[in-house]
Amino acid sequence: MTDTLDMTLLARLQFAFTVSFHIIFPSFTIGLASYLAVLEGLWLKTKNEIFLNLYRFWVKIFAVSFGMGVVSGLVMSYQFGTNWSLFSEATGNVLGPLLGYEVLTAFFLEASFLGIMLFGWNKVGPRLHFASTVIVALGTLLSAFWILSANSWMHTPAGYELRDGIFYTTSWMEVIFNPSFPYRFSHMVLAAYLTTSLVVGAVGAYHLLKRTRLQAARVMMLMALPFIATVSIMQLVAGHEHGVNVHEYQPAKVAAMEGAWETREGAPLLLFALPDQEAEKNHLEIGIPKLASLVVTGSLDGELTGLKAWPVDERPPVAWVFWSFRVMVGLGMLMIGLGLVGVWLLWRGSLEQRRWFLRACIAMGPTGFIAVLAGWITAEVGRQPYTVYGLMRTADSVSPVTAEAVATSLIVFVFVYGIVFTAGMYYMLRLARRGPDERASTPPPDDNLRPPLGALLGRRRDETAEVKA
Amino acid sequence: MASLDLPMIWAGLLALAVFMYVLLDGFDLGVGILFPFAARDQDRDDMMNSVAPVWDGNETWLILGGGGLFAAFPKAYAAFMPAVYMPIGFMLTALIFRGVAFEFRFKASGSARRIWDQAFHWGSVVATFSQGLILGALVQGISLEDGRFSGGMFDWLTPFSFVTGCALVWGYALLGSTWLIIKTEGELLAWSRITALVSAVVVLLMIAVVSFWMPAIDVLAAERWGLRYPHIDWSRLLPLTPIPLLVGVAFWQLVRSVRRGHTYMPYLFSVALFLLGYVGLLVGIFPYIVPYGLTIHEAAAAPNSQALLLVGALVMLPLILGYTAYVYWVFRGKVSADASYH
Repeated sequence: MTDTLDMTLLARLQFAFTVSFHIIFPSFTIGLASYLAVLEGLWLKTKNEIFLNLYRFWVKIFAVSFGMGVVSGLVMSYQFGTNWSLFSEATGNVLGPLLGYEVLTAFFLEASFLGIMLFGWNKVGPRLHFASTVIVALGTLLSAFWILSANSWMHTPAGYELRDGIFYTTSWMEVIFNPSFPYRFSHMVLAAYLTTSLVVGAVGAYHLLKRTRLQAARVMMLMALPFIATVSIMQLVAGHEHGVNVHEYQPAKVAAMEGAWETREGAPLLLFALPDQEAEKNHLEIGIPKLASLVVTGSLDGELTGLKAWPVDERPPVAWVFWSFRVMVGLGMLMIGLGLVGVWLLWRGSLEQRRWFLRACIAMGPTGFIAVLAGWITAEVGRQPYTVYGLMRTADSVSPVTAEAVATSLIVFVFVYGIVFTAGMYYMLRLARRGPDERASTPPPDDNLRPPLGALLGRRRDETAEVKA
Repeated sequence: MASLDLPMIWAGLLALAVFMYVLLDGFDLGVGILFPFAARDQDRDDMMNSVAPVWDGNETWLILGGGGLFAAFPKAYAAFMPAVYMPIGFMLTALIFRGVAFEFRFKASGSARRIWDQAFHWGSVVATFSQGLILGALVQGISLEDGRFSGGMFDWLTPFSFVTGCALVWGYALLGSTWLIIKTEGELLAWSRITALVSAVVVLLMIAVVSFWMPAIDVLAAERWGLRYPHIDWSRLLPLTPIPLLVGVAFWQLVRSVRRGHTYMPYLFSVALFLLGYVGLLVGIFPYIVPYGLTIHEAAAAPNSQALLLVGALVMLPLILGYTAYVYWVFRGKVSADASYH
């Protein structure tokens, strides 16, 4: 029994580590693929070299990130079998086809056309090249569709029948479009777009601060800041809707997110607390009265079920869920602030004089990744102790392998990922610091930029002339 | 759908996916195996450039193999994966190193570049050797109780699996050499012809060793092939003799086409050698999917699960094969400087 417990904990640690490492790259590449498609489309339409230079710049970073996403994703597809064989056996009928569709409709598409995207410039015409970029972007979204459908089914299982410990499908539509899927999918795709735009904004801000690659940097800021403002507000709405859905299907998770031990009406929104799993209470609570009830139920006096309503062995680890949720929401609020201030500064034409704001953009660059990780921790730790919510326990899902084997492979993965991650980060940051090449024989003057970019950039024409001189 | 034997169809599709993986990723892993033995840095650049646009698509067949096994035969996936826990881990970590090496190598310079060269080479060698170990472990049989893995963590490690590991390294080196015959020119082409001939000879020896060894450790294969040593059952062996005879023919044609300077024939005859070896193995383990505890029918997923994915596979596989062919066509011909990176 002890061995099973150790084994379960180690297998969970290994999954948490490898999946956290993995999700960083898709979060970035989903957004970046779409951004590249937009850049190449703009280049084809306007023939402005800036878009092409930006494309060539970001596609290099895309290639590194995509490569790391592929190899870390390969590990995931085998880990179901090596560490979670009983889970695989029980859910194979339901989840297998979804993952199969992901490979058939998305992975091959992405992997095949990526080759043309990276190496095909002199082999195919510009339109076919553009088509390849669009196909890769589409592939990343299809991949997100299937994997989030599978993940959502584990949270809100539907369209199944359970016989002798094996799940059988009764309705594929109910399986694929299970109750939490639309919320989870839109929340994740928005998160990916937001993550990417924050990185683009950070790189643009860096070059504005350093006064290098000015033209490209300005286009990046013009594209990123209004996008951050819009999408972060959309994300607030999508996240809230998702939260309401979670409250309906996984109330214990919401109780942990709110740090609510007692069932009560008009529950406060806690800004700070130290949840204590053993003592079944919080220390040092600071909260806003009634706000949690309002957010979750839509009414100031709505009832929020507390964690004590569930037996001890059915409660998720509260502190993890409580704090990861706050990190995610807090960063989301900062993103909204960054986007709104950025748009205002762009409007005023004083973006480049506000060095503090450019520094803030750089500081916010990695926060998309942190928010994505924090959000997934909330979702996945919050549904413990189950793998298939309410139906299959995590402890009953693991493989009949020894704890030593899992511990050894975990150490190896930590070591290998450490090396690969460090090297990948180094190369991506080096590319970002170098910035886009200005390949055009002479950088086109601002007047050549068509509206609306030209109109906005026109405000700083004098300054650009100065720099060029 | 009721009249269709879905498990058999899926077994066939999976066999196809695994074979596609071997013949495609086999050559780019083979290029990695041969990598440090090329004479000049320029040769290594050409070798890498010849596979850089396509390796990612090739490796996706491995994900289809794993994902397809999970989807169509979840019991086999659950029984087999824990049994080969360690070699799967070796393979995955090796594939990580060689996969990122493609990107990192182009961006690194000087001594860092040497490190990623090594990562590419050793990643390819270890990934291939691990795949050979996994194959050997499958062929020699997995200990199952009630359809679940009941053996030890080192069951896969036997002299037999060690030999299948080595055999696959030489086999992929052969595919890599014959791929380079298609893609390269000048001195590198001449060198590729030599490595093709050397690896072809070793592969033939390895096929012979594995063929005679397998019946000795595996009762079912012994019965199928009529080789219950020292007794030989000619009535069983004779109908199967076309397989070893064709191996001889393919080998002969392979050597001849290399020496006559053909471009595509050497690769195609190498694929033929692989196909014959593959059929020979399947004859030895059919109808088991996890020898000798789970048959194809016992391990099958629910019919509606297999049917749903079959619809997708029948629509998507021709499309995938179509655009894969298109990508290969785009990058056809000898690898040259204008296929430069990005």
